Amino acid sequence: MNEMTPNQSERAEKLKGLGSSRKRVEDVRFTQGKGNYVDDIKLPGMLFGDFVRSPYAHARVVSIDADAAKALPGVVAVLTAADLAPLGLHWMPTLAGDKQMVLADGKVLFQGQEVAFVVATDRYAAADAVELIEVEYEELPVVTDPFKALEPGAPVLREDLAGKTEGAHGPRRHHNHIFTWEQGDKDATEQVLSGADVVAEEMIYYHRTHPCPLETCGCVASMDKVAGKLTVWGTFQAPHAVRTVASLISGIAEHNIRIISPDIGGGFGNKVGVYPGYICSIVASIVTGKPVKWVEDRMENLMATAFARDYWMKGRIAATKDGKITGLWCHVTADHGGFDACADPTKFPAGFFNICTGSYDIPVAYLAVDGVYTNKAPGGVAYRCSFRVTEAAYFIERMIEVLAIKLGMDAAELRRVNFIRKDQFPYHSALGWEYDSGDYHTAWDKALAAVGYEDLRAEQADRIEAFRRGETRKLMGIGLTFFTEIVGAGPVKNCDILGLGMFDSCEIRIHPTGSAIARLGTISQGQGHATTFAQILASEIGLPADDITIEEGDTDTAPYGLGTYGSRSTPVAGAATAMAGRKIRAKAQMIAAYLLEVHDDDVEWDVDRFVVKGAPERFKTMKEIAFAAYNQAIPGLEPGLEAVSYYDPPNMTYPFGAYVCVVDVDVDTGVTDIRRFYALDDCGTRINPMIIEGQVHGGLTEALAIAMGQEIAYDEMGNVKTGTLMDFFVPTAWETPHYETDWTTTPSPHHPIGAKGVGESPNVGGVPCFSNAVNDAFRAFGHVHAHMPHDHWRVWKIAHDLGLHG
Amino acid sequence: MIPGAFDYHRPTTLAEATGLLAEHGDAARVLAGGHSLIPMMKLRMAAPEHLIDLAAIEALRGIALGTEIRIGAMVTQAELIAHEGLAAACPILREAALQIADPQVRYVGTVGGNVANGDPGNDMPGLMQCLGARYALTGPDGSREVAARDFYHSAYVTERAEDEILTAILIPHPAPGTGYAYEKQKRKIGDYATAAAAVMVGRSAASIAMTNLADRPIWSQAAGAALASGDVAGAVAAALSEIDPSDDNRGPAEFKRHVAGVILKRAIERARARAA
Ligand SMILES: Cc1cc2nc3c(=O)[nH]c(=O)nc-3n(C[C@H](O)[C@H](O)[C@H](O)COP(=O)(O)OP(=O)(O)OC[C@H]3O[C@@H](n4cnc5c(N)ncnc54)[C@H](O)[C@@H]3O)c2cc1C
Repeated sequence: MNEMTPNQSERAEKLKGLGSSRKRVEDVRFTQGKGNYVDDIKLPGMLFGDFVRSPYAHARVVSIDADAAKALPGVVAVLTAADLAPLGLHWMPTLAGDKQMVLADGKVLFQGQEVAFVVATDRYAAADAVELIEVEYEELPVVTDPFKALEPGAPVLREDLAGKTEGAHGPRRHHNHIFTWEQGDKDATEQVLSGADVVAEEMIYYHRTHPCPLETCGCVASMDKVAGKLTVWGTFQAPHAVRTVASLISGIAEHNIRIISPDIGGGFGNKVGVYPGYICSIVASIVTGKPVKWVEDRMENLMATAFARDYWMKGRIAATKDGKITGLWCHVTADHGGFDACADPTKFPAGFFNICTGSYDIPVAYLAVDGVYTNKAPGGVAYRCSFRVTEAAYFIERMIEVLAIKLGMDAAELRRVNFIRKDQFPYHSALGWEYDSGDYHTAWDKALAAVGYEDLRAEQADRIEAFRRGETRKLMGIGLTFFTEIVGAGPVKNCDILGLGMFDSCEIRIHPTGSAIARLGTISQGQGHATTFAQILASEIGLPADDITIEEGDTDTAPYGLGTYGSRSTPVAGAATAMAGRKIRAKAQMIAAYLLEVHDDDVEWDVDRFVVKGAPERFKTMKEIAFAAYNQAIPGLEPGLEAVSYYDPPNMTYPFGAYVCVVDVDVDTGVTDIRRFYALDDCGTRINPMIIEGQVHGGLTEALAIAMGQEIAYDEMGNVKTGTLMDFFVPTAWETPHYETDWTTTPSPHHPIGAKGVGESPNVGGVPCFSNAVNDAFRAFGHVHAHMPHDHWRVWKIAHDLGLHG
Repeated sequence: MIPGAFDYHRPTTLAEATGLLAEHGDAARVLAGGHSLIPMMKLRMAAPEHLIDLAAIEALRGIALGTEIRIGAMVTQAELIAHEGLAAACPILREAALQIADPQVRYVGTVGGNVANGDPGNDMPGLMQCLGARYALTGPDGSREVAARDFYHSAYVTERAEDEILTAILIPHPAPGTGYAYEKQKRKIGDYATAAAAVMVGRSAASIAMTNLADRPIWSQAAGAALASGDVAGAVAAALSEIDPSDDNRGPAEFKRHVAGVILKRAIERARARAA
């Protein structure tokens, strides 16, 4: 190689491919306030929609008087269920096989439910009109407790389901019962439990919370009656799925619908579902022939669009005296609210909760989940986690701690004894999953060494002694978590949403001068796809990431895909990207061989070029090849250089991580101070370390929020008590601790580049870690478990109930 | 979150402002920093037809350190915090103001608005009671002064007549060597107090007030007297006997009462440590 030719590593570095901490290309516009969000879209003649919402959690709608509202200047229309019924749009299907009222059809089932939709020439007129609409309600008994909802005399919530003993997921045994989902071996598990040395038992509640993205949900619907084409800009995490659903329920042919997701200000699962606002805006645009914008405000977002969690998880875990786990039993009472609008793959009404055996080699397990209707908002979305995986991780990581207490064993050691060993992968879990790869012991040892685990325990013991001597009123908690996620839904053979297989896609066009555009079926909401997917391609096709445009979110241009949630973008669309890149490279190889006048097999790939084997001075760069693809008549090859790949993943991916948290707890005030947080993540091949770190920081901060204060709480009348950001906790820089991040790398064996996905890991692992730390602080005083969120008064209550206030 | 319709006025003199208030009566509200009033309007819990913005009235601005401390009603929390002379003369003001809301709110929210608002969650009213401050009010019939300790009746009900404007806060200089502390427990930045305590303690005098533990700030004469005589436990007990916290999302009354005692004791300890 002569001096003028940069060596391989210099050339690779220029590409900014895999492993480069390339800066986010999106941030150029975001940091200048030049993002383009739904609410930035302004069309000529655009109208605004606003909702009349129910103040009651359960009531009959006796009458709606909209005369005064209609008379208000600027008001164009008021829609009620009666107006939508002739179109068959007063109800809509949910992602979970249930149906949901678009506008109150005779009754309301939760506070904040949509009752009427006002359309006006501006937002102010719409809001004034909402005030003028008189709705007469007749209050009905409210049930917000899922256990009470299943009692024999409980109020009937879903009158539309009267007499239906079969739901979308099998038999219903009560008027407020939605489904029972069973996994594993019940008899064998119960047998193990009855004969076990030790059985630990606990009820673990993962409270209701909300993804609360900074940008709320909204859309602009525009029906072009001349062209017969409907365009909808919206905060959609799955634009193609929205197009298909919109076509199916409206009857408009799919090619006449165009869905565009512009910049999205965070989704976290909140923007997966289909909401009444979308349907009403579309209908209003069809009726008026004008574009209609609807954007919910913060209170509406917290009160009415999809919540997360609300799982009551009863657990029993069996072990030998020396701590080897022999079986796990779990029953979940899942509060789904007034309609079952969970966003899960069709065959998984409790998502992938059956990952609840966690990172442990548990020989036998049984799980049953009962879905229940209550007078709360519908939803149950995967808030920065793959479907119900955070609930599962919280459950098993709390159960491990509870078992450690029962055994009188160190919780780090208990985990180590039970980890799935490296040589057991691919590992078949008792509840039916095939874990692709892992090296848990290595990660665990690295984490414990990094934090100085033994020293921390010694310090904690000293602190307890000092506390007992009256020298301090602060206790110290050490939170441990080892989590395994299941992400990248998913194989079409068992994963679909509304019948749509959960593959994903990438289409690449190489331009003659050697730059490219790639379009994907996913949609970034802050994850940085435009940055990272270009990096995958750069490494695959040898063109600099800076010369590759990534485009997503417009169904008229992007290939069909199922969107972004459940950490599926890198595992599925990222795989499609690599595979499409390989198709490009295969054709490029033939072009190179032709240009170099050798046989296809006589050239080999070298970072950004094909070289003649044994003659490295003879090569063609990808740039040269791209040009040739457009200006040379190559026998046997079509002109151009394009490829498309639809990738159906053979399996899920299983990222994992080891987290440690140290918290100081003020026993007298309940105030907690996260002194240290260490997060080791193994997400397989690392595409962009800087973006990974950013994702981990963000996910941990949302985990902190959930564990330490964030909740959607209801009073017994069904009123939402936490409907504003004064009471709904979203941490700022002030509350956010310093995070230490670390990693190991265990590639996925079935993913083309070995990547597993990382965006949600920190939330899945973070929540149990913070919670374990708080609970651990009180372990020495006989405390076993307290429910989240661990806000000041609940922490104070632990101390109070233990008699620590004297 | 969209307010009802209103007219906006921006008078440049106090006389013009009081005139507008008299003209529009109940239908008008004065606007200072807007960080309490505008959220209420967005929730449509307040629906004034006329907003009289005080921002352009020069007479309501400025901090003066004369025989006593005078803080103009339209001084923002940020201006109060930045004022070095004030911090030297009465350091508890800065210590308390830094615990109000967040920097964004403090750049706009005013001291006058904070004390006039009448929300039991506001931090400045208790503080002003602790300091023995007086409020200067101007209405159509002239001006008067009201002691902060006599100003608050119940939530949002104050001694101020609807046609009066609060123009300034007057604070006597603390005696040299007075120790001070403002202690506040809150759930997060931007939250009102779970419990807060203002303590001033000098050689033979002390003053104690508590915030967000009743429907108005609680200045406890008995607590101050006990502390002046060196009886810390008596001071805490006296203050706790006068508060009346209620349950909310921060926790039940029982918890707040306990926390109130803890943070008051801490405030007293800190204040005593600072006393010369
Ligand atoms: C997120 C957030 C967090 C907050 N946290 C805290 C906190 O921790 N502690 C705290 O104390 N406050 C807090 N606040 C309130 C904030 O300090 C407000 O700025 C303050 O309560 C009101 O001052 P303002 O200048 O904004 O008044 P405005 O909102 O303009 O007015 C408030 C009320 O007082 C009346 N008023 C105002 N000025 C006068 C005057 N000169 N004469 C007569 N009437 C007048 C108005 O008519 C109105 O009724 C918070 C606010 C927000 C938005």
